[in-house]
Amino acid sequence: MSASVEPGHPEPPDGEAIIAQLKEAGVGVIVSVPDIVTSDGLLWPISKDPDFQLIRVCKEDEGVSICAALSYSDTRAVLLMQQTGLMDSLNAIRAIAMDYHQPVCMMVGLQGKAPGETVLGSASYGVRIIPPILDAMSLTHVGIENNTDTPHIAPAINSAYETGDALCFLIGQSPIWTGESA
Amino acid sequence: MIRRDFALSALRGLIKPRDLVVAVYQSCFDWLALCPRDLNYVSTGAMGQASSHALGLAIGSPERQVIVLDGDGSLLMNLGSLVTIATVRPQHFLHLVFENGVYEVNGAHPTPGTGHVDFAAMAIAAGYQKAVSFSELETFEAALPALLAADGPVMAVLKIIPGEAYPRDYAYIHSAAARENFRAALNRNDG
Repeated sequence: MSASVEPGHPEPPDGEAIIAQLKEAGVGVIVSVPDIVTSDGLLWPISKDPDFQLIRVCKEDEGVSICAALSYSDTRAVLLMQQTGLMDSLNAIRAIAMDYHQPVCMMVGLQGKAPGETVLGSASYGVRIIPPILDAMSLTHVGIENNTDTPHIAPAINSAYETGDALCFLIGQSPIWTGESA
Repeated sequence: MIRRDFALSALRGLIKPRDLVVAVYQSCFDWLALCPRDLNYVSTGAMGQASSHALGLAIGSPERQVIVLDGDGSLLMNLGSLVTIATVRPQHFLHLVFENGVYEVNGAHPTPGTGHVDFAAMAIAAGYQKAVSFSELETFEAALPALLAADGPVMAVLKIIPGEAYPRDYAYIHSAAARENFRAALNRNDG
């Protein structure tokens, strides 16, 4: 599926709501390479939140392996990165998440996607190719564009860990953070 | 130079039942023949990822000893993991690098930097607590108990030559059964 956003000025999602969904799903570990789309609204707040263990990796494919290995001890994790890191990690995702059918959950900031664009309709080549690539890999993806999308996060993560299916959230707009701890 | 199967046999004698062993390529095939056990983690999937899988296991089971049987060609594909591992600093983490200077299962072509790259120095520079290179079996055998007991992460680089040619059972290492056996054993022993 792809994100579907009406043209105009859609409200970005709240970072607090996304983080609350991660906690509701029992995610305790965040593995990340910084991404400018999710930096202020997710990664900085997560880095200061004692409910999360943040593992800063040098390269995104490390995170694919770390998340998969954590699943063996029933430790839920999310790999937070930019779509460039997703692209760089496709072979690891192909092998470790898909061939091995393991619940690697990813949250991907779509750098270059303009507000009001759909993902598939983005003027950015690097953005609009992402859903077809994930479709070709049979990798489930869920668009997160605004606050109507965020309630889907916890159920999707729960389902991933119950079924073993990998999962990729596509963050189409920079989440807003209004919390005091950011 | 050290015969790889002799080095693995030395390790076998010191493995405890709850230890987690992450193994790749020829070291994996040799290890599976020499020390078959359910807590061998063989499903690393993509080349170079053994150290990162091992870190994930160490984070998930911090009380357990994690031992990585890595290759020099594999580690070259994931050198950043040295920095990540050193930053997380898993306490019970022994990273063995079997250095033969070639991509052994891919036609034995030389790795970049063969004979010049110093993996132990890289590990120290990345922040590992200790890193030592060995080219004689006796020296490695003598040092191994202390390496396993040391605060991690620790690296031991072994200058190796092939030993016994154990079969390359790719079907097993990529099988769902291998993953399920490991998962069941990990959780059975967690009690």
